[in-house]
Amino acid sequence: MLNYTIRRLLFAIPTLLVISFIIFLILDLAPGDPTGQLPMTVPPEVREQIRQSLGLGEPIHIRYLLWCNQFFINEPINILEQMTGWKFGDEERLRVRSWATRSPVVDLIIERTPQTLWVVGMSYVVGILIAVPLGVISAYRQYSWVDQAGTFISMIGFSVPTFFTGVLMIVVFSVWLGWFPSIYDTTHVVEDWDSFVFQIEQMIMPVMVLALFNASQISRFMRASMLDNLNQDYVRTARAKGMTEQVVVLLHVLRNSMIPVITVIALNIPQVFGGAIITEQVFKVNGLGQLLIIGIQGADYPLVQTLTFIFAVLIVFFNLVADVLYGILDPRIRYD
Amino acid sequence: MKKFATLLATTAVAGMVSSAAFAERGSDGHLNIIYWQAPSILNPYLSGGTKDIESSSLTLEPLARYNDQAEMVPWLAEEIPTVGNGGVSADLTSITWKLKKGIKWSDGSDFTAADVVFTADYCMDETGGCQQAEKFADITSVEAVDDHTVKITFSKAKPFPYAALVGGESPIIQKAQFQDCMGAKAPECTEQNFGPHGTGPFTVTEFKANDVSSWVANPHYRDAAKPAFASLTFKGGGDAASAARAVLQTGEFDYAWNLQIDPQILIDMEKDGKGTVVASFGTGVERMMVNMTNPDPALGDKRATVEGGPHPFLVDPAVRRALSLAIDRQTLVDVGYGKAGTPTCNVVPNPPQYVSDANDWCLTQDIAQANKILDEAGWVKGGDGIRAKDGVKLSILYQTSTNAVRQDTQALVKQWWSEIGVETELRNIDASVFFGGDQSSPDTFQKFFADIEMYTNLFNGTDPESYMNGWTCGQIPSPSNNWLGNNMPRYCNPDYDALQEKLAKTADLAERAAIVKQQNDLLVSDGAMIPLIHRGRVSAHSKTMGGVKLNTWDSELWNSADWVRLD
Repeated sequence: MLNYTIRRLLFAIPTLLVISFIIFLILDLAPGDPTGQLPMTVPPEVREQIRQSLGLGEPIHIRYLLWCNQFFINEPINILEQMTGWKFGDEERLRVRSWATRSPVVDLIIERTPQTLWVVGMSYVVGILIAVPLGVISAYRQYSWVDQAGTFISMIGFSVPTFFTGVLMIVVFSVWLGWFPSIYDTTHVVEDWDSFVFQIEQMIMPVMVLALFNASQISRFMRASMLDNLNQDYVRTARAKGMTEQVVVLLHVLRNSMIPVITVIALNIPQVFGGAIITEQVFKVNGLGQLLIIGIQGADYPLVQTLTFIFAVLIVFFNLVADVLYGILDPRIRYD
Repeated sequence: MKKFATLLATTAVAGMVSSAAFAERGSDGHLNIIYWQAPSILNPYLSGGTKDIESSSLTLEPLARYNDQAEMVPWLAEEIPTVGNGGVSADLTSITWKLKKGIKWSDGSDFTAADVVFTADYCMDETGGCQQAEKFADITSVEAVDDHTVKITFSKAKPFPYAALVGGESPIIQKAQFQDCMGAKAPECTEQNFGPHGTGPFTVTEFKANDVSSWVANPHYRDAAKPAFASLTFKGGGDAASAARAVLQTGEFDYAWNLQIDPQILIDMEKDGKGTVVASFGTGVERMMVNMTNPDPALGDKRATVEGGPHPFLVDPAVRRALSLAIDRQTLVDVGYGKAGTPTCNVVPNPPQYVSDANDWCLTQDIAQANKILDEAGWVKGGDGIRAKDGVKLSILYQTSTNAVRQDTQALVKQWWSEIGVETELRNIDASVFFGGDQSSPDTFQKFFADIEMYTNLFNGTDPESYMNGWTCGQIPSPSNNWLGNNMPRYCNPDYDALQEKLAKTADLAERAAIVKQQNDLLVSDGAMIPLIHRGRVSAHSKTMGGVKLNTWDSELWNSADWVRLD
């Protein structure tokens, strides 16, 4: 297993390099211009000067190698320096800088990660906590009212987009009832009970909107997987041995049913880091998803390139995690 | 000129008196502002974005700025230099600003002429990519005569020398803070760009790019009683509708900027009674550009260039006039703009002294008349209802950027044009592509590979000289100048160019206004452009907040020092 993991990790390096180059090419070929959002009053000659100062005058391979140098060499050294306090040489190292904010992209990402992890990550956890019991009950009591209701809610969660449910929640809970704020305050610091309550209040709407979506997906997987297992011979054997229903369902069936579900959960984790572009916009959470969409709109290519690449790394990594988990959960699967 | 100076002086005094009645700095607590486009940086020289310029105007201030009446008022300067008071040299090649004394930066140090000189050098450094460089055009030197006097010398006579260091786009930055950030190093100074020291009423304590910033009252602000608010949160993100909701319906925020949304939604939100919608008109005009050259793809590289030859039917003045006459501008306003627009027939809609009334014929829609004009010009309706002459069909490709209001406008116009026998194909292009200058894209507004295109153009401040220069022959975009240039209609009229040259030599404001009016009338009567809507800015503020004077001539936050809490 260890050998397998190491082999996969090594193989990931060329894969990621190719991915980074493809992202770079796509961004370069995409129409769009970093000065496109400037007001009409900025004359074309000044726009050209701005483009030159952003380094757009260089040929594409130079710009790609420059980005590689900045991202793979300079940024890690910089992080190491910040963590340890050591100094590696005196020369100035160019960092990957956003064209819109002129600040290092990695700093922006670090600044945005907490709110994304809190809101999107929490919604994922809440979604799982709803989905797993719901899926189990739905399968065990197939076609009961719980199953029907669960199916109905899943359909809604799947088919109604978050920009609708989000705005609906704002209108009901912020405008009519006035219970929760409609705008997420990213400067809020939790330091006592009251500020903790406020944090819950401002998180509850975005988290629930996203949790509904996540739960509807995972509960379907859970239900299907449970149904597959409930009809297996080993379940009948367990019951014949005189085990209680509780033991049969929660120990035997659930454990076996979790294998595919856990894979799905692991494969979806990178999406948590990717943020939720629409929901973040609706509630002004301003996390990684909003950072990405602003970067795309403003043709801020270093930002988009770096963010997309980090997502690619996460996806490759969690694919590996899912595969390894599979092997651990199911002793029949061995890679070596 | 003298009259102009007195006017400026009186308004400045009036401004000071009217707001001197309030108690003490920081007594009104906290203020919440929302801009649905989040500020990315607080250095207006590295960003031309309105959101960035306006947010930084809370702390950075220019020598003089425009008030809500489009009048120039001295801000960090003692007075507006004019030829009359000796501040502008008689040959119009230099201007001398006298700075107010006793002004301090938010870090407690003194504001001096050295800061002003530094700011000019900072922006004029070519390697820095300064986004306001045009304001500093033709300047040969900026020097400090003494600690409180700055002299700017131009390479030629400048009839309107108030571009550099005037208005929210080119405020003064602090030398001590930015001196290591010149030229190519400018973008690397993140700490400075995110937290500039300023002379203004607030000072930034935390800046999260593209998200939110926190501000407190500047302890060294020149008026000890101001600002009334002790602290301020400047939130960004979301969309215009949700920003409007936060002020007008939930009351979470006190001020929301630029609420260009469906007018009916805004009216409904305002009914909740928590806030007020305010509108103000600047110089923006939504207009159609009429392509005078042939955009036929068969022409290859000569497509939409002067070399490619004239447009097959848009060169006919009758067609251009009929197209304009068929449009009901009031309906366009009602559908898409509401409080934020009025019909106009002018390219220069403001300030009032520059506005011509020679083109008002276009304000009333007259389909019958438009049909008659086309009939008389020999454009005959065929079996399909489309007019044609000599085998040329009146079939128009009409493009604009992707935007709900613009697509509504397109649909309405298509309907009206069909009533006069003109066939229209609509096209919309993503704004970042349409307005972006990507040379490889065929869809930019400069290349104009269509018959008609529509967008808003405007000028900053009150002087339209550089704006009018955009329609001179030399400004025609073509492959030879990398499609740079503002003359999208490819309009070329020696009379117009002569007027532009005259404008560049005239200092008297009344005469300048007369020339601009003539130019405006030429552009409209020649049909190079079909003006549609004079666009205003719509913002909203809470009913518990006072002192807002919506200003489209400068930053909307220009008088934030005077904002107060009412209750």
